[in-house]
Amino acid sequence: MTETGFEPKIVAFLCNWCTYTGADLAGTSRIQYPPSVRIIRVMCSGSVDPTYVLKPLLDGADGVLIGGCWPGDCHYQSGNYKARRRVIALKEILKNAGFDEERVWLRWISASEGGRFAETVTKMTEFLKEKGPNPMRRKWAV
Amino acid sequence: MRTIIPVENSDTLAAVRGFLKRLLEADVVDALLVPMETPSGTVTPALVADPDLLDAANPLAPVMGLNAARVAGHVSIREPRGRIGVVLRPCELRALVELVKLKQASLDDMVTIGVDCLGTYDVAVYTEMPAGGGVDVRALWATAQSGELAPQEGYAFRDACQMCEKPHVEEADVTLELFGADLTTGVPVILPDEVAEKLGMETSEVSEDFRSLRVEVVEKVVAARTQVRDARFAEMRQRLEQEGIEGVFAACVLCHNCMTVCPICYCKTCLFKSPTFEHEPMQYMNWARRKGAYRLPADTMLFHLTRLNHMVLSCIGCGMCTSDCPSELPVGVVFRAIGQQVQEVFDYVPGRSVEEPLPLVTFREDEWMEVGGE
Repeated sequence: MTETGFEPKIVAFLCNWCTYTGADLAGTSRIQYPPSVRIIRVMCSGSVDPTYVLKPLLDGADGVLIGGCWPGDCHYQSGNYKARRRVIALKEILKNAGFDEERVWLRWISASEGGRFAETVTKMTEFLKEKGPNPMRRKWAV
Repeated sequence: MRTIIPVENSDTLAAVRGFLKRLLEADVVDALLVPMETPSGTVTPALVADPDLLDAANPLAPVMGLNAARVAGHVSIREPRGRIGVVLRPCELRALVELVKLKQASLDDMVTIGVDCLGTYDVAVYTEMPAGGGVDVRALWATAQSGELAPQEGYAFRDACQMCEKPHVEEADVTLELFGADLTTGVPVILPDEVAEKLGMETSEVSEDFRSLRVEVVEKVVAARTQVRDARFAEMRQRLEQEGIEGVFAACVLCHNCMTVCPICYCKTCLFKSPTFEHEPMQYMNWARRKGAYRLPADTMLFHLTRLNHMVLSCIGCGMCTSDCPSELPVGVVFRAIGQQVQEVFDYVPGRSVEEPLPLVTFREDEWMEVGGE
């Protein structure tokens, strides 16, 4: 794949109650966003184990997006607060283990924010285009 | 209260054994978890109920085959059980604190007996030492007084011990204070008044000189070890930056030893021992085609990175992972160097207190407000 034709691949873990519904709204509202994102619906951002984020990154996904409800809005009261801490720890570990932690994004997007979802995917796609492909894509020894 | 266990004929070990025996005889505890000498020339923890068998107890042996907090968890986690005394090194005490918070051990009806650590050898080294004249315990105990901790000539302490900046007991119910003491004459001990009463021990005049000497010796040891630690961390961080974790762990055979011996990795249904990673042959083929080649065993870096995420905030630096790595990888340095950074983010010191909640099970609503709203 040439650099100029590089289309990033984003794996997105979206919470059922907010961000997934927000993505659905973006679709039903016909808001355009890049086809770079592969969505996986999870029940809560707090249910995203770091392993889920690490596996795609090691296999060469260019970015991982975790989408949850805004603080205070978690369907399970505190899942997103726990997700926040877990993602902060994960990014610190990635950074110190020699990875590019900027490929992992955590965003709060509510069920009514279809526009914000489309905007986030667009921004992340542009950001990853600028960064270039995940070097893990070509590394066999991981 | 503070007192001194008197030592006769410079036999420090006999005095310590005598003290442990009295804990059982005076009914302070029903059993003691303590390192016991084995016929093969090393020590292993055992739960001892018969005081006569404590003639084989050796909590001063400079060898570490496992972090005994693991087994302290096994024998304490559920009621009913009797009262247990656990004789542990500082790194084992710290691991026990983490296990209590992970609900894998219980301090109820438990007396923790902490012993300052003068450094330990790997089992393979320790069992080899008799051929070279054995461990010179007098020389070793002398280092407790001077703070000039050093392995015997021709041998090396375990990798983790060389950079251990917390070899002194910080918190235990009973503390055997080796640092600063002349162990040929007596072993200073701190113990709860009610235990001392049961044992018939009276406050002994621990001189002010000893108190200040101990502080001085501990400071000296901590400073020297911290220097070694910081140099090792800096070296490892540079390697990680240049080679990545996949470079440092390139020779990993995915034996899971580091996880098995880790006192913090307690999960009985670890994801990495599940069929999750038994992929279909076609899946491997697809990966090989996509990347050109695919490292086997598969998911090795995923294993290390996941373990970092799951336990590094609680890593107390016992270094059993390094000791038991068949590929002699610097697992402990990697985990400690990364762990220090992550622990700082959460202002968390593993093993410090059972009162401090684990960083990933707690939260504040008003923290990291900038995250997620971009």
